[in-house]
Amino acid sequence: MTAVAAPIRAKRVLPGFTLSLGTTLLYLTFIVLIPVLALILKGAEIGPARFWQIVSSPRAVAAFQITLTAAVIATVFNAIYGLLMAWVLVRYEFRGKRILDALMDVPFALPTAVAGLSLTALFSANGWFGGVLEAAGLQVVYTIWGIALAMAFTSVPFVVRTIQPVLEDMDPALEQAAVTLGARPWAIFTRVVFPAILPAWLAGCTTAFARSLGEFGAIVFIAGNLPFRTEIAALLAFIRLEEFDYNGAAAIALVLLGFALVLLIASNLLQNWAAKHREATR
Amino acid sequence: MTHTHLPGQTRQGERLLIGIAVVTTLLFIAAPLVYIFARAFSQGWQVYAENILHPATLHAIWLTTVVAIIVVPLNVAFGVAAAWAVAKHRFPGRGILVTIIEIPFSISPIIAGICYLLLYGRQGLLGPWLQANDLQVMFALPGIVLVTMFVTAPFVAREVLPLMQAQGSEQEEAAVTLGANGWQVFTRVTLPNIRWALLYGAVLCTARAVGEFGGVSVVSGNIRGQTNTLPLHVELLFNDLNAVGAFAAASTLTLIAVVALILKAVLEGRRA
Repeated sequence: MTAVAAPIRAKRVLPGFTLSLGTTLLYLTFIVLIPVLALILKGAEIGPARFWQIVSSPRAVAAFQITLTAAVIATVFNAIYGLLMAWVLVRYEFRGKRILDALMDVPFALPTAVAGLSLTALFSANGWFGGVLEAAGLQVVYTIWGIALAMAFTSVPFVVRTIQPVLEDMDPALEQAAVTLGARPWAIFTRVVFPAILPAWLAGCTTAFARSLGEFGAIVFIAGNLPFRTEIAALLAFIRLEEFDYNGAAAIALVLLGFALVLLIASNLLQNWAAKHREATR
Repeated sequence: MTHTHLPGQTRQGERLLIGIAVVTTLLFIAAPLVYIFARAFSQGWQVYAENILHPATLHAIWLTTVVAIIVVPLNVAFGVAAAWAVAKHRFPGRGILVTIIEIPFSISPIIAGICYLLLYGRQGLLGPWLQANDLQVMFALPGIVLVTMFVTAPFVAREVLPLMQAQGSEQEEAAVTLGANGWQVFTRVTLPNIRWALLYGAVLCTARAVGEFGGVSVVSGNIRGQTNTLPLHVELLFNDLNAVGAFAAASTLTLIAVVALILKAVLEGRRA
């Protein structure tokens, strides 16, 4: 912003550097880093052999499989629904658009336990949707579909809110040129619009996937929590804690932490790509 | 909001897409929201009031309020400090610092709870020392506050930081040149510029703090009438098969969420 070539000291015109950075580092160290370090130290204490034994036990493997499968289902749904919502909210004008836009923030603002309670009741046999669906032979509550539903609900804003600004910034001239050249709407979407929003779409989906893997509050209500059937990894870690099996809990938590950090890095890389991409296409 | 009607797009296709979007959102997002109030009031106002005024529910509301009152101001102070350090100064490791601030977003609250238990719990790293000094962190208010601080850490910083970066430092530098001290620069120049983003961040932080479930359920121990926050109380009532009670308790949390969303809409209008 100012004087790029000047030496570092000259740039510190504004006061409060030591105080603000000190506060930030102190807060992050005590609230975030030391607790995470405690988990990693616990993992080291367990040792690789025991660690592997815990995470490769049949119940843990089943829990990881259920979590991953449900998160994939939820993310595929959100990839399509989130893209549609971003498109409709940016490109069209219609009555009630602002309400529709505000509704996209509901999953962020609503506590996950409340979302879980409501979805469970809504989709159980005597709820508004459950009766209809069960008559059609589809059971949602206490199945993997219920887990996926809870994951999809809590993570959909990540997809919508990542694509929206990119679509808003897109230069209409690109599409108008395609129209002038005689391209059909679908061709314009797949050849012009979609490539432009692809990095943002992937970044949003990655964040939504990460969020789904870690989701707990909404799922414990709807899943029924049967081992080997509808027990997610986060819940298994929680159960191990209640059994005072701290090693078991820590090992499962470390695997989830590993997933979370890898996905955080992936999402950051994708967002950097998206930012560069955005500069190029506007 | 620029919107272009491309000649190639058919009105029919547009209507179809809007239709699908509206119907899906009504079923998927709006229905769960409305259903909470429908169920909470399903047996009338009186039963609703009885459920809300039940001592255990009142205690949960009180505890959740206390947690929010402690956590939100601390988080605001942290968020402003982090934004000020990162946006107004150049130093090595800024990028890493921003990533670390975002870590709590991608870590499951359950994992956060486990981290705290492994640090402060009876078998934790600091467990023996805490016990020797008769300090109770886990299964008590301090644990709930700490884990909520972890989960909400990025909320204010994430709103204020991009705004401070976009605004640059010219105004503050001018103020310093004119002889203002640090506190004057912050309260008279920076704060008026960021106040809406700051307020919005605080609103989001409050909504998240009162709704925190996973992390708190690990560190609270769910002691009825003692460490039961409002979201935990919802689960407890649900497990007790008291559905109307669970929905009544949930409706108070939903109300906070709805107020947060309305404030968001208002604040976005101000910022635009």
